Amino acid sequence: MGAILIEAENLARRYGRRWALADVSFTVRSGSVVMVAGRNGSGKSTLFRVLSTAIRPDRGRAMINGFDLLRDREDIRRMMALLSHQSYLYESLTARENLSVAADHLGRSRNGVMALLERVALANRADDPVSTFSAGMRKRLSFARVLLQEPTLVLFDEPYGQLDPEGFMLVDDVVRELKAQGTTVMIATHQLERGVGLADEAILLEAGRVMWAGRASEVMEHETQIADRRARSAGREPGVAC
Amino acid sequence: MLTAALRKEMLLQWRTRAQMMAVFVFGAAALLLFSFAVGPVAEALRLYSAGFLWLGLLLSSTLTLAESYHAEMENRALEGLLLLPANPRALYYGKAIANWIQLVILGMALVPVMVILYDAGTMRIPELFVVVALGAAGLSAPGTLYAAMTAQVRSKQTLLPLLLFPLIVPALLASVKATSLIILGDPMGQLKSWISLLIAFDAIYWSLCGLLFGRVVEE
Repeated sequence: MGAILIEAENLARRYGRRWALADVSFTVRSGSVVMVAGRNGSGKSTLFRVLSTAIRPDRGRAMINGFDLLRDREDIRRMMALLSHQSYLYESLTARENLSVAADHLGRSRNGVMALLERVALANRADDPVSTFSAGMRKRLSFARVLLQEPTLVLFDEPYGQLDPEGFMLVDDVVRELKAQGTTVMIATHQLERGVGLADEAILLEAGRVMWAGRASEVMEHETQIADRRARSAGREPGVAC
Repeated sequence: MLTAALRKEMLLQWRTRAQMMAVFVFGAAALLLFSFAVGPVAEALRLYSAGFLWLGLLLSSTLTLAESYHAEMENRALEGLLLLPANPRALYYGKAIANWIQLVILGMALVPVMVILYDAGTMRIPELFVVVALGAAGLSAPGTLYAAMTAQVRSKQTLLPLLLFPLIVPALLASVKATSLIILGDPMGQLKSWISLLIAFDAIYWSLCGLLFGRVVEE
């Protein structure tokens, strides 16, 4: 693993009166695979949306590959790709057209589009509109869109969601390939066992705060401890709303 | 980048071309209803024909402009493009040009309806085309910006006309006057002045809205 790629300090973001992220600090090394785990609503997606510059943090700062999260948004976007809960796809366009639109905006050739569709097992549906696709097929196409960007940093938000077992394998293979190429990968997932098999480091989020960060192989143990603590204090833990 | 944005817009419009027919029928129905308001007075119908044409186009434009962001909001596709990163200004001009082309086609399609309903024929077709093109440009530039602003709001169909109509009054006025001079005759040679005014407003709209779009779509 290389130098520090992401250095986040006290990142915070709120929706209305609820803090979805509260003073989140961590570092990510270049070329590493980092799993971000946590319950629903723990702030994983918000963290990824902040890091991807889709939304701005209300507080805190982060440097990504030497670029400031608030000032150098376009530079960060050039080196980063986000697989979001939203597919970012046009329903009325075909799979091929969706990737071609992205390639055109990236200034890349459309020649690689079919190879990417083959990679995600959608080549036989290349000319079908996305509106006819199942949720899993949309996810696969979004994957292809991420790979088209050839990013230095990839943020996978729930990559296993809506996929079949073959799709799970595809995600694992893609993450391993990206790692082999030196790409830094962050994965937000509930599939802890799968994540542990892929990740070097892990971050546990709870109610918008980092509860633990360390080696991915130790995440299960800490997740269990946090779950036990949560169970003991159920009903008495103050919320994060301020 | 602009070519990529424009190509995408034209592709999206082609896929939803059936909607264009519905908007044309809406515009033609509006022209028909305006004629009922005036009554069977041929001279009055001809006198107000230019105003009715532009009102019909204006009402139809709110439908097409709002709809032009439907595909962008469905799966947050616009956000996806911005994160690539696509240039927001290129995205704006791509959409504004595509909307302009759609409005020019719609405007020219409504002209024969106007001629039939109001007996407002003219042989000055090239001049009429220029005025329709310039007037449509005056609608599409601010309309594309405001449609982006209201795209994520629940009551967008109400909010868009409320924001758009006051802003485009000067361009609309110049378009109506110029069209009226083409249909009814221009003994004082005022057409050029109104067209110049229309060009000036178009230049302001197209430059200002292009600058503001990035701020509108970015959080």
